[in-house]
Amino acid sequence: MHFTLSDLAADIAQNAAESGATIVEADFMENDSEFRFVIKDNGKGMTEEQLERAKDPFHTDGIKHPGRRVGLGIPFLIQTAVQTNGAWDIRSRKGSGTTVEARFDLSNLDAPPVGDVPGLIRTMFLYEGPGELLVRRSYRGTRGTVDYEVRKTELVDALGTLEDAGALVLLDRYLRSIDGTDEKDD
Amino acid sequence: MAKMTLEELRKLRDGKKTELRKRDSDGKSIQVIVGMGTCGIAAGAKNTLDAFIAALDEKKLVNDVLVRQTGCMGLCYAEPTVEVLVPGMPTVIYGKVDVAVVKEIVEKHLIGRQLLDNHIQDRPAADIVAK
Repeated sequence: MHFTLSDLAADIAQNAAESGATIVEADFMENDSEFRFVIKDNGKGMTEEQLERAKDPFHTDGIKHPGRRVGLGIPFLIQTAVQTNGAWDIRSRKGSGTTVEARFDLSNLDAPPVGDVPGLIRTMFLYEGPGELLVRRSYRGTRGTVDYEVRKTELVDALGTLEDAGALVLLDRYLRSIDGTDEKDD
Repeated sequence: MAKMTLEELRKLRDGKKTELRKRDSDGKSIQVIVGMGTCGIAAGAKNTLDAFIAALDEKKLVNDVLVRQTGCMGLCYAEPTVEVLVPGMPTVIYGKVDVAVVKEIVEKHLIGRQLLDNHIQDRPAADIVAK
């Protein structure tokens, strides 16, 4: 359904940003055979029952979009993981936050491509909501070794409003530079 | 390419910031809002957003435009959708905005101040607008 694994992660990261969290932490770990991410927020969390229903594509709390009858982010993640020999896990506690974790086997023929990770990270920094977003990224494989950490507060301090197109152009250039991937994957 | 540091990033940005903040508070800047819900992303909204950043950079419009992301506008059949706010012009939602249409929007709408008739989607779907 989605183009890439990065797009799936963007959807989950958006949930975290909209959870009322003050801090969101995201880890992206990749090598040539595996792509793994953990996205953790300290937002409103879910009860066991709410979490069970969030896995149903035909369920939504109806708060964001009154009248809407679908909620697809988590179901798509689960579907993709299950179909491609991957794994997923969601842990949540009402009132204290949610952690979503997924692992994808890149050698599986049906696994979507990883996609544009620096672009994903840029997209995440544009989500309104959390005061702090911490992104850690690591890659070990044929393209070499990549290891870095970026914080929203540091970027806002350096660039000002990130939504400003001037800041966004520089943010994009910065993220691609530290990722060592000038060319996009997708 | 050598990796850029946060300090270098800050230097590249400095000088322009104050001028921009002033304009923001006037509420006069142009806004481009890209629908990045599940439906938008699945239809390629990420490429649309990338194309806007590249086109605004190319046309030297980066100091005049805010680029925002939003969720689904209820027009999933027409994704990727983009809302364009230009002071003094009607607010318009465009549908099926691929990379080619992005160039058209930047050249005709943002620079030429003309609407692109073939891509207008009027307004968000009724069930999306909070009552």
